[in-house]
Amino acid sequence: MTGAPEQPFAGNEPPLLEVAGLRTHFRTPRGVLRAVDGVNLRVARGEILGIVGESGSGKSVLAQSIVRVVPPSQLAHAQGAVRFDGIDLMGLDDEGMRALRGARIAMVTQNPSTALNPVFQVRSQMLETWRFHPDRRRSGIDAESRMLELLAEVQLPAPERVARSYPFQLSGGMKQRVAIAMALMGEPDLLIADEPTTALDVTIQAQILELIRNARQTHGTAVILITHDLGVVARLCDTVAVMYAGRIVEYNRTRALFERPAHPYTRGLLASNPIFGRRRASLTAMPGQPPDLLALPAGCAFAPRCSQAEERCRREEPPVVVLPGGFHHRCPVAGELNAAHTAESGPP
Amino acid sequence: MIELRDLRKHYRVTRGGWWSRSRALLRAVDGVSFSVGQGESVGLVGESGSGKSTIGQLVLGLIAPTAGSIVFDGRPLPAGPAAVTALRGKAQVVFQDPYDALSPRQRVREIVTEPLRSLRRHRHSELEDLAVRSLERVGLHARDLDKYPHQFSGGQRQRIGIARAISVSPRFIVLDEPVSALDVSIQAQVVNLLMEIRREQGIAYLFISHNLAIVEHSCDRIVVLYLGKVMEIIPTERLHADPLHPYTRALVDAIPIPDPALAQSTDPLAGEIPDPANPPAGCRFSSRCPLATERCRATEPELIEHHPGHWMACHRQADLPVPSPIT
Repeated sequence: MTGAPEQPFAGNEPPLLEVAGLRTHFRTPRGVLRAVDGVNLRVARGEILGIVGESGSGKSVLAQSIVRVVPPSQLAHAQGAVRFDGIDLMGLDDEGMRALRGARIAMVTQNPSTALNPVFQVRSQMLETWRFHPDRRRSGIDAESRMLELLAEVQLPAPERVARSYPFQLSGGMKQRVAIAMALMGEPDLLIADEPTTALDVTIQAQILELIRNARQTHGTAVILITHDLGVVARLCDTVAVMYAGRIVEYNRTRALFERPAHPYTRGLLASNPIFGRRRASLTAMPGQPPDLLALPAGCAFAPRCSQAEERCRREEPPVVVLPGGFHHRCPVAGELNAAHTAESGPP
Repeated sequence: MIELRDLRKHYRVTRGGWWSRSRALLRAVDGVSFSVGQGESVGLVGESGSGKSTIGQLVLGLIAPTAGSIVFDGRPLPAGPAAVTALRGKAQVVFQDPYDALSPRQRVREIVTEPLRSLRRHRHSELEDLAVRSLERVGLHARDLDKYPHQFSGGQRQRIGIARAISVSPRFIVLDEPVSALDVSIQAQVVNLLMEIRREQGIAYLFISHNLAIVEHSCDRIVVLYLGKVMEIIPTERLHADPLHPYTRALVDAIPIPDPALAQSTDPLAGEIPDPANPPAGCRFSSRCPLATERCRATEPELIEHHPGHWMACHRQADLPVPSPIT
């Protein structure tokens, strides 16, 4: 295992969240499933990080591992370092973790119905979040008015009426708005949104993405946005990590990743996406299937689908190629091609 | 080849709980007319509640229309179960979810030969050959005949669904969100496969999707639905040349484009999709339309030909901006 990228994240401020060598493995009847296998990431204050991957890439388990909500009965093994604002989350006791969740780290999931209790009004559920807020005794903050403010901020018409509603009286888009307002209730430093718009129609998705952007703008909230949609990443994220088979194969600033994708998997994803307004005779399809995590090949997990794979890719684990700004990717072949290309063109 | 004439499907629904029950008429499809030509691929686009899947079921004779008619090859589709018999061997369907659409207890052999067996036209030995031929066409193999669906990945299952549809050499296939449940890297494989099959066999498609980018890529014409009504019918090549219906425009602006260099609208269409059982008066889009006037809220616009082959239902047609091309 090659170490984490040495270079610090651009800027002198220490990152809000730092994940190093995170692994989450599950015990299954067929063997050990490495859902997350050595992940390194940083999120600065107010930054929006996108985590992109297909089903089974480990992106949701990564998010769950950060806030330690992976079902413990299945958890065989979790190790690595997760530091949040100087606090070691892996070493924190359950009590300390509970105090952070909801207050300083909040989560929004794909299906808002799972976040809302069907038998309570929106009002009592939102106010409950406030009960755990460290500032709750601070004078001048009235939970009730804060709730109505947030419900208005997420563009819900008639916040008072919504507050008195039960979840079943709201549409899917409205429930997701409530879930976001509820997540913002504790003024979190970090919002983890796991496919928050996948179940919604496109016009509603566009509204929810704007809400997340606004939350960052008005509250300075950092966001980890988990998605399978590269369009969502391009629209909203500052940095992006592409996951494949439990690993980050490429991690960079959004602009750089889209303009100069290094890893063949990233390039394949970008090419296979139909872009509206850029019709082509046929899409550039990636061959093969996503891998079975219980039967991963030796070496690079992407090698069987990769057109550039060499002998060593099928033999040894690909080392981390460090990029400027503390970013990295995991394709030595692409790294060497780039280096050769730079050498050819020579210094200016 | 297939023509929908003023097609309507209404459902009686109850709204509210047991304490405040009220009856309403849900007009899932409300006066839809368009046609699909020989070998043509027509996209049917809309958000939830637009009636796009209901139209797919109507066209296949799986549900009976409340009013209006469907004409297949110049002959109106008979009412009731006879419709299915009339379409047997001619029309097929590929569903969205390859996990739900294939029986877990059937082997691939039974799944793929089912439409053939219902035709009762082939001998047993022929069935096997035809099944192998369509399996190979979708990139699977004869050795897969004895496997069960659970032994395949999502993308491969969708290929089995396509093999089943093409086994009878149909002339028309309804594709109901055929790639929405698949991973991005697999979507392109399946879209390309569908396009190749169409080119080779001249099959006409009704391609139902919420994804305008995929529809633009795969279709000759696009029908845009909103709350059971056609808002616009546009040839794909006019998408970036003509002014678009405000709803189509909003759908286009809402698509997140995977290119951070493109400045995209950060001013999304406001509001929710109204309850289809209680749609707005006048134009159904008027409650969310940024251009709506009193007239839009009072009277319903007719579908008018804006440009040869490009139809639009909008009172504000003359005032719509011509789009600047996406580069």
